[in-house]
Amino acid sequence: MTSDPILDVQGLSLRYPGAAEPAVRGVSFTLGRERLGIVGESGSGKSTVGRAIMKLLPDAEMSAERMRFEGVDLLRASEAQMLKLRGARMSMILQDPKYSLNPIRRCGDQVAEAYRTHVRCSKRAAHDKAVAMLAAVQIRDPERVYGLYPHEVSGGMGQRIMIAMMLLTDPDLVIADEPTSALDVTVRLQVLKILDDLVKERGIGLIMISHDLNLVRNFCDRVLIMYAGRVVETLDARDLDRATHPYTRGLLAAQPRIGGPRAPLPVLQRDPSWTMEAPA
Amino acid sequence: MKPLRIEKMSIRFGAVTILPEVSFEVAPGECFGLVGESGSGKSTVLRCASMLLGTWSGDAKVGDRSVREMDLMERCRTLQMVFQDPYGSLHPRHSVRTTLSEPLKIHRLGDTEERLAQAMRDVGLPVDFLDRYPHQLSGGQRQRVAIARALILEPEVLLLDEPTSALDVSVQAEILNLLVRLREEKGFTCVMVSHDLAVIDHMCERFAVMKAGDIVEVLPREAILDGSARHPYAQELIAASLAYEGAA
Amino acid sequence: MSETTPAAETRRRRPQSLIAAGNILRFLAKTPTSAFGLLVLAVLILTALFAPLIATHDPYLQDLTNTLAPPDSAHLFGTDELGRDIFSRLVHGSRITLTIIFLVTIVVGPLGLLVGTVAGYFGGKTDVALMRVTDIFLSFPSLILSLAFVAALGPSLNNAIIAISLTAWPPIARLARAETMTFRSADYIAAARLQGASPARIIWKSIVPMCLPSVLIRLTLNMATVILTAAGLGFLGLGAQPPMPEWGAMIATGRRYMIDSWWLVTFPGLAILSVSLAFNLLGDGLRDALDPKQMMKR
Repeated sequence: MTSDPILDVQGLSLRYPGAAEPAVRGVSFTLGRERLGIVGESGSGKSTVGRAIMKLLPDAEMSAERMRFEGVDLLRASEAQMLKLRGARMSMILQDPKYSLNPIRRCGDQVAEAYRTHVRCSKRAAHDKAVAMLAAVQIRDPERVYGLYPHEVSGGMGQRIMIAMMLLTDPDLVIADEPTSALDVTVRLQVLKILDDLVKERGIGLIMISHDLNLVRNFCDRVLIMYAGRVVETLDARDLDRATHPYTRGLLAAQPRIGGPRAPLPVLQRDPSWTMEAPA
Repeated sequence: MKPLRIEKMSIRFGAVTILPEVSFEVAPGECFGLVGESGSGKSTVLRCASMLLGTWSGDAKVGDRSVREMDLMERCRTLQMVFQDPYGSLHPRHSVRTTLSEPLKIHRLGDTEERLAQAMRDVGLPVDFLDRYPHQLSGGQRQRVAIARALILEPEVLLLDEPTSALDVSVQAEILNLLVRLREEKGFTCVMVSHDLAVIDHMCERFAVMKAGDIVEVLPREAILDGSARHPYAQELIAASLAYEGAA
Repeated sequence: MSETTPAAETRRRRPQSLIAAGNILRFLAKTPTSAFGLLVLAVLILTALFAPLIATHDPYLQDLTNTLAPPDSAHLFGTDELGRDIFSRLVHGSRITLTIIFLVTIVVGPLGLLVGTVAGYFGGKTDVALMRVTDIFLSFPSLILSLAFVAALGPSLNNAIIAISLTAWPPIARLARAETMTFRSADYIAAARLQGASPARIIWKSIVPMCLPSVLIRLTLNMATVILTAAGLGFLGLGAQPPMPEWGAMIATGRRYMIDSWWLVTFPGLAILSVSLAFNLLGDGLRDALDPKQMMKR
């Protein structure tokens, strides 16, 4: 953790239009050059936090005391400013490469174009840069993969291409929303390793949004645990097993473990007071 | 309780062979796991065995009877299936009552009300949920309804196609506990497809590792930890799962 | 999504179709355009129901001393070339229009649904055979095809209805087939097959309810075409026969006097225009009301 945070969010609340309850209530955190995990179940508002930071939810009612990204006040930033930020200085990796890559264009061209949107350079230079980046995400034959269409690459390869695309402009903040849930276990680790190495090497601030406690335990420094739109607990990832909040403990216990006892899994008992509690 | 035997099951779509030749046996009352990467043909095995796909060769036998010899009604009372996506496996315009009473009507079983109430109690749902529609239920509740629907015909064999992979961890725990309890109470033979080795380890005595449509190795659950897997892909899968869980 | 008031509890006991219909009506009434459609339709139905009460004169009564009289207080919309009251004829004509709409709908809807869902569910050769028949019907302009049918069957209102029905089902069948193909591989269809449901049962219980909203929308939008085709056939003398007060036939006979007596064609023309417009607007409103995202909120 460094002293000057990349991202500083205080008291972020957000309500979708037509929804009775806010999806996010009073979430506060700061992010330095570190890997922050946001964990929670579906409906806990974890993805909404990611999207709110990127200001991808124009219809929603959003309020916060403070939301700053490297000196830019995100609350007041216009859409034009956001367009310059998104993809250049902050970028997002989504769950399924099948839906985030344009199916009728070559993968490499999409990577190169993403670069040219933010950096003025010749097509040739963008091409070279894209190939180099594909190599950096450990794609063995980047020139060949450059010319492939999205349906011709596997899920793991597709996600690596997405990572290449998102890291090409050297962003300071990457939000990865369930980056590996659509991938097989054997590929998952490789992809996470690649992302992890690049993030460390380049000093990028990473927000990893996931439902998977194992994933954040292994690939994050700090973890926020969200329940019903609130952060119920903030922990160092290595202290995850020493969590004190009953929700976190419940989630950990409900996870079946290899070699674990075959007794019935402890079922999470939800306590209505969790939604009332002041944020940790 | 009856055993399930899959003999030389193979299927191809045009030039693509999905399953070259798959054979395995499941003991009476056993829960057998199928693991492998996506596209390895795990789900296809279940769809063939239940005759949802009809164009395969080889045989699947429950006890001594082949699923091909059974007529539709007998097959339905022998084999049932629970699907992965609880949002897609319930008809959006059918109430829980309609969903559960359809099989009773088709098979001309009496005491509908009694059976419906029992089915709801079996899966731990309040009986008055019968008048709800799928969009009024949570993911876990929907999956309970799907399990109730599969079990209402009292099948010998239950095929589970990733029954918990679309659910949250805490809900997954509830559904897994439910399946364990129902298996003890009703004693059906069970085949479970999953990509999660921890779930397989929790539920199954033995499991088969599949790759590109082939079963590369059949292992007892102990093999996950004692390292007795021989096939390189099985070793890789187990190693990756252990590393991922952070237990290694 | 779920209300917990006691009123909501008792409402849940009522069949869901009723609740949904109520919700849809409420939604339609809120949008101005579809509210206009609903209003015109309501006026049309009421007029048809109470035609004898609303009409000021006998629609068939000729008065040769008072032909081609312009609109005045005795004859709201004037009289035609035989001295019949145009307002009364329009009012009684609404019955004919409604009959045509009703009969065409009950023939076209089920026929299109049946052909489309069967073709879509079974696929393969059944699909090819049924769809080629559909293509043959689709490859003629519908008015020309109706003309041919009426010419073969003989001109009369009933034959016109049969002819229109025969030409109006193919688009419905195409639509139902396309919809069915998206549902065919759904898990709930697989589950129904595993429960031993016969194909007929699956189509009727599982597929038809899913296709129904889009078919309803399409039928409503089609009504405008049906009314225009019926009017066209009437205009050509192949639909309703004189002296029946069919709107298209009224325009046809009025055409000869159009230059001097504008009211002969204007009022039936306006009636056709507003009713077909109403159906189009209503169809548009229905499309929004039956949107799956909207359905989720019910």
